[in-house]
Amino acid sequence: MIQADLNVILPEILLSLYAMFALLGGVYGGKDRLSVPLIFATAGVFVILAFIVSGSSNGTQTAFGGMFINDGFARFSKVLILVSAAVVLIISPDYLRSRKLLHFEYPILIALSVVGMMMMVSSGDLMSLYMGLELQSLCLYVVASMRRDSLKSTEAGLKYFVLGALASGLLLYGASLCYGYAGTTSFEGIIAAAGDDHADVGLLIGLVMILSGLAFKVSAVPFHMWTPDVYEGAPTPVTAFFATAPKVAAMALFARVMHDAFGGIVGDWQQVVALISVLSMYLGAIAAIGQSNIKRLMAYSSIAHMGYALMGLASGTAYGVEAMLTYMTIYVTMNIGTFAFILMMERDGQPVTDIASLSMLSRAAPGKALAMLVLLFSLAGVPPSLGFFAKWGVWNAALDAGLIWLVVASAVASGIGAYYYLRIVYLMYFGQEPQDALDRRRAPILGTVMSVSALVMVVGVVSLFGIEGAAEAAANTLLR
Amino acid sequence: MSFASFAFYLFALSTIIGGFFTVVGRNPVHSVLWLILSFLSAAGLFVLLGAEFVAMLLVIVYVGAVAVLFLFVVMMLDVDFAELKAEMAQYLPLALFIGVVLLMQLGMAFGVWSASEGAQAARRSITPDDVSNTAALGLLLYDEYFLLFQLAGLILLVAMIGAIVLTLRHRKDVKRQNVLEQMYRDPAKTLELRNVKPGQGL
Repeated sequence: MIQADLNVILPEILLSLYAMFALLGGVYGGKDRLSVPLIFATAGVFVILAFIVSGSSNGTQTAFGGMFINDGFARFSKVLILVSAAVVLIISPDYLRSRKLLHFEYPILIALSVVGMMMMVSSGDLMSLYMGLELQSLCLYVVASMRRDSLKSTEAGLKYFVLGALASGLLLYGASLCYGYAGTTSFEGIIAAAGDDHADVGLLIGLVMILSGLAFKVSAVPFHMWTPDVYEGAPTPVTAFFATAPKVAAMALFARVMHDAFGGIVGDWQQVVALISVLSMYLGAIAAIGQSNIKRLMAYSSIAHMGYALMGLASGTAYGVEAMLTYMTIYVTMNIGTFAFILMMERDGQPVTDIASLSMLSRAAPGKALAMLVLLFSLAGVPPSLGFFAKWGVWNAALDAGLIWLVVASAVASGIGAYYYLRIVYLMYFGQEPQDALDRRRAPILGTVMSVSALVMVVGVVSLFGIEGAAEAAANTLLR
Repeated sequence: MSFASFAFYLFALSTIIGGFFTVVGRNPVHSVLWLILSFLSAAGLFVLLGAEFVAMLLVIVYVGAVAVLFLFVVMMLDVDFAELKAEMAQYLPLALFIGVVLLMQLGMAFGVWSASEGAQAARRSITPDDVSNTAALGLLLYDEYFLLFQLAGLILLVAMIGAIVLTLRHRKDVKRQNVLEQMYRDPAKTLELRNVKPGQGL
């Protein structure tokens, strides 16, 4: 029995073993000498595992008495997580080197957090959910405060840690209430106990508390307070990581808990998810307007984007989950490109993050400005861009579920949000002549990643590389 | 009132009192001591439930290790608790309001609490009949919850890596002992014998 179980979690085992051997190698390899090779090796391992996961069997397997589920939904999320984490690792070394942060532990912690994320998206039990979540979060707290001689980075790590612990507490309390009601922590047991009518009060309170804990992890309003400070304080490659893979994992976990454990009582959580979705969209759109730091701006942008993704979930249908998965894929692609651009922003060899330094970039670096223009239009969701089609998908899903007010509200929020993205475009093309221009440095990897991401935004309008079909299949396995 | 229920209320009450004074205590050292009382009473509650092993774990791990660690941290760190308290007083009304609302909600939930029909059947018995408490826990932990156990191990590994990444500083001015270098040192190369004549020096 154990052999079959171990076969199901083979990718996770391989990744954990790799992380442990890499740790040994890093320790014996001398002081951070192996950092750069380890970063690239870890990225390579992620890509290989993504191939293994996507190529593995098509059916749904469970292991360890239902604690671990390997279905199409989990595989789709895992591939997205692994690939985005690999790209983020590839774009990190330059920045880490210039800030003297090339610790060999960085790729190892990222690898271990990816193990946690893979456990999260495959969890079939409240206990394995919590273990995966903690494994992921603990790694993230550490990498957030890795620049330990900077006050802001330390503050980011500490703030993230304390608020994350609070969210974990909420989630655990909710889990204990659900256990008290259902008598079991497995999702199968909970969905059987919950029935398909309205939930009992005890279960409802447990559900709301679990929902709050998960909303913290996806940084949805009103649990978003940590996001701007952590994004600003953490080293930029770490911020890029925060904005991509963990968001996918938390969103997938959100969908899994809501549908696998509480799928019978959609009416009870639909309104809550719709409310936090609309709040996130508005807060993200309005609070970003006054920002002058591009990392803080991206934090608010991610809050708003999580609102749109949650909208797909709020519709409570398979089509909604499909729209959410497509949305997350597009969101991750454009965010990686944008962060590659932010990593290239340097003045006198020092990384800068103020938006004003971008003025008249179109004259200094026309190619870069053009790629950024495409990415920003896509982030804003201006019609012919790919970001618009992502929004179109979640709007359709919400319309099908009869949430017309949500669609109208989010269209307005999208209009407000477009302002601050277009402000950057305005600065780049029609701004004032800058006092001291950004460095013009050659960064082949960053440049490639950014142009590929921008290119996908253009080509994706014509064809989505089969993402939609895969997302549809994944969503259907989740809702069975 | 039977002895068991008397003991239950005694332990439950002292757990709550300990928790309350942990929060409101002025002296942080006293807070930790109240916390220890809370842990001990909780251990008593576990004994009443028939879970001796968990009770002993609570005493050994929480009282023996965690609480003592807290004591050391509180006494060694130079934190101005009076200032922290003053800041807390500022937010106290809001915190009290939220706390009261939460308590009322929980009270309401408790009032109408009902478990699902299959809950009692789904829950496993606290102590199986044929094996001892500790053996039952071991079976559960190392057999059924094997995956969770391994994951917990990974989490501890991350905690260890994190502690080292965030605190280790490579110091250059420390002289470290290199045993091999010492052993392979050749006396013929490092020592030189000279015949010094009396009264002349080198």
